[in-house]
Amino acid sequence: MSGRLRAISLRILQAVPVVIGVVVISFVLTRALPGDPAVYFAGPAADEASIAQIRKELGLDRSWPEQFAIYVGALLSGDLGKSLSTGQPVLSDLATRLPASLELTLVSLLLACAIAIPLGVLAATRPGSWIDHLCRILVTAGVSLPTFFTGVVLIYVFYYLLGFAPSPLGRLDFIYIAPPATTGFYLIDAAIVGDWSTWAAALRQLVLPATTLALFTLAPIARMTRAAMLSALSADFIRTARAAGLRGRTVLFAYAFRNALLPVVTTLGMVFSFMLGANVLVEKVFAWPGVGSYAVEALVVSDYAAVQGFVLAMALLFVALNLLIDLIYSLIDPRIGFSAQ
Amino acid sequence: MLKLTDLSVRFRTRRGPVDAVRSVSLELGRGETLGVVGESGSGKSVTSYALMRILDRGGEIVAGDAVYGGVDLRRASERAMADIRGREISMIFQNPRAALNPIRTVGRQIEDVLRRHSRATAQTARRKAIKAMEAVRIQDAAARYHAYPFELSGGMCQRIVIAIALACDPKLLIADEPTTGLDITTQKAVMDLIAELIRERDMSAILITHDLGLAAQYCDRIAVMKDGEVVETGASADVFGAPAHAYTRKLVSATPRDGAQLRGLLPAEARKPPPARAALGAPILEVQELTKTFPGKAGPVHAVKGVSFDVRDGETVGLVGESGCGKSTTSAMIVRLLDPTSGRIVFKGEDLARRPAARFARDPLRAQIQMVFQDATDSLNPRHTSRQSIEEPLRRLSPLGARARSARIEELADLVGLPQPLLDRFPHQLSGGQKARVGIARAIALEPRFLILDEPTAALDVSIQAIVLNLLADLRAKLGMSYLFVSHDLHVVRLLCDRVVVMRAGEIVEQGAVEEVMRAPSDPYTQSLLDAAPRPPVALAAE
Repeated sequence: MSGRLRAISLRILQAVPVVIGVVVISFVLTRALPGDPAVYFAGPAADEASIAQIRKELGLDRSWPEQFAIYVGALLSGDLGKSLSTGQPVLSDLATRLPASLELTLVSLLLACAIAIPLGVLAATRPGSWIDHLCRILVTAGVSLPTFFTGVVLIYVFYYLLGFAPSPLGRLDFIYIAPPATTGFYLIDAAIVGDWSTWAAALRQLVLPATTLALFTLAPIARMTRAAMLSALSADFIRTARAAGLRGRTVLFAYAFRNALLPVVTTLGMVFSFMLGANVLVEKVFAWPGVGSYAVEALVVSDYAAVQGFVLAMALLFVALNLLIDLIYSLIDPRIGFSAQ
Repeated sequence: MLKLTDLSVRFRTRRGPVDAVRSVSLELGRGETLGVVGESGSGKSVTSYALMRILDRGGEIVAGDAVYGGVDLRRASERAMADIRGREISMIFQNPRAALNPIRTVGRQIEDVLRRHSRATAQTARRKAIKAMEAVRIQDAAARYHAYPFELSGGMCQRIVIAIALACDPKLLIADEPTTGLDITTQKAVMDLIAELIRERDMSAILITHDLGLAAQYCDRIAVMKDGEVVETGASADVFGAPAHAYTRKLVSATPRDGAQLRGLLPAEARKPPPARAALGAPILEVQELTKTFPGKAGPVHAVKGVSFDVRDGETVGLVGESGCGKSTTSAMIVRLLDPTSGRIVFKGEDLARRPAARFARDPLRAQIQMVFQDATDSLNPRHTSRQSIEEPLRRLSPLGARARSARIEELADLVGLPQPLLDRFPHQLSGGQKARVGIARAIALEPRFLILDEPTAALDVSIQAIVLNLLADLRAKLGMSYLFVSHDLHVVRLLCDRVVVMRAGEIVEQGAVEEVMRAPSDPYTQSLLDAAPRPPVALAAE
């Protein structure tokens, strides 16, 4: 077991150069963006002198290596800088907005898995049946309808026409007060303090955007589950298991499904990462105060600190995600050990 | 005990229904071992899947009956069948590693069966599983209980598969090519074990195999299948000693065995006089103290530990050994796909070992040394037609223009006996023998002096193997090539080779003229290889 612990810490160490690389690249890229934040902040009436003064205040008059050194120094003390557009420290901006995005993403991922994986398994066990066709239709519809469109349709039907859903305006209806922030996830925070009416309200707000995202992410998961199950079911060891008289359920789950899980987990990792990036549109449609819309707004106004903070946070998240997936792999498949070299 | 009457199995495919098994009738008595032999596609496996009712999707029994001990297997409910499988009738399969769940410990897999058939409870399962492993002579079974299939050798995996099959004491064991893909000494060990267990437990068995020698050695009665039909049944000695059906005769004579000649493998009407060969010349290839060491997790792996041999101009040398003996590594180094760690590969007076493998593709000597690969299917690009596959080396390494290339490809097709219309087909549209011909045509396209044949017939049926071996002999005589023939089958090596080099664990244990080595091996390992080879049926009286 200590060997495995050592292997895991080695694997974490391997992530360090990646993070350093991300710091450098995010710094360079944000500097390479067109547009001068000093001009933007000085306003339309500014003259040369005031622009120069603002540029000096922002530290933009120094050379890139100098700016980088200052940036890294601040980073090490936990200071991600101040967002020019919100006026808040980037760290606190991210601390409130990242959980919002994560909550949305995770809930929709769970929803997508809960539908897509059983659907894929059923479709694989009965190829050519109605459930297989349903799977195909859902997959095609899911990938071909853009999220902002599904989002708007859902709002129109469930909020405007039927009135089931609350107004699509953020994470919580204005009559409720946000639960005290522990994790930043409203569902968890509300549950911790036992405020179930807030919990239900937060859930109601979540349903439509999460469904929108889930419809989109369902497609790759269902498709991969079906393909992986089909190949697992045609494997030789399934025939052995059947020839030994094992029950259909055992064959399907203990033998086929566990073997099919590996590609499904890979897909989940990929889906999760592009969801975090791609849910900007959903956040916009549902006025969700997430990190995606924050980053886009910051990018538009060349808000260096905010963009850098966003890229860095995402990179760390992805590194953690990949690590998690690697760990899950080694749990599922004994053939994948950590090569301790 | 088991009786099949006019059993027919049909598969629904995209190109219409295919009758895989056509009114097969077989009988099996208690304690009897029946061999079902035939070439690929003869329906021998499908017959057994049908009676177990584990046919792949699209396959169904369309006519006939299968009755086992009074139970109608065709009409029994799925629940009843699931109770019969594993408890009354069990199966073991070819390719044992793939036949086991890769991510479940072997002990658990045995437990699954025990518990399914109520032979064990959660408390006793582990002890009984270990007992089942001991029954198939697995040493240190308690430790192996926790092993995953990838941690065990092929022979050990097959023992586990046997343990799963026999865990619930079935009355009938169906072994579907149980030793295909295993080394010859492992094959003997596994077959002896199966035979012993069958005798001990007084079981009946069906052995499905393409290997006549194996069937002759281990079965009481034989059924010969061809194109979904049983063409002949009878006691082993009768079927092979005096085959009644022309197809059985063809199979028996195509099986390489002691005393057989290369031409003798072919059906009588196809036998031409053996080609005249030029006298052997000076050594064309000298391998000197060749070594290859791979870095491994647990220290370096010495795959080849200093082998030396030579091949004379026009000579065919066999390189024989079991898997892991270093024969493939050695041939990969000679064909310059792999750099040796040390040693010399002198070809026509030049040391090839000094030319890095990575750059050898552009070397002028590349055209001189070519290779025919083991798996005729996997070594062809599935998206290239035969013509494109054969053209590839010509385009890369010959100065011929498009028209001259096209003429050369047609000439090559004639040379290897590939009908011209097949040149525009893709590999999946060709039979195994035809694919082998494409592979050979590609290898000889540049008129190499030296050809490495890496088990070129291992995946082929015996009748196709006979044709390909004869083709290789003809080409050798016609084009004056030297061969290095890599194989695990001494009987095949004897037919084609002048000399043989026997390798074991990276070293050469014996080399010499092939007849001498076969008749009086000096090394005990060679002797054990010869002993392990199943005795093919006695030669036909007609010959």
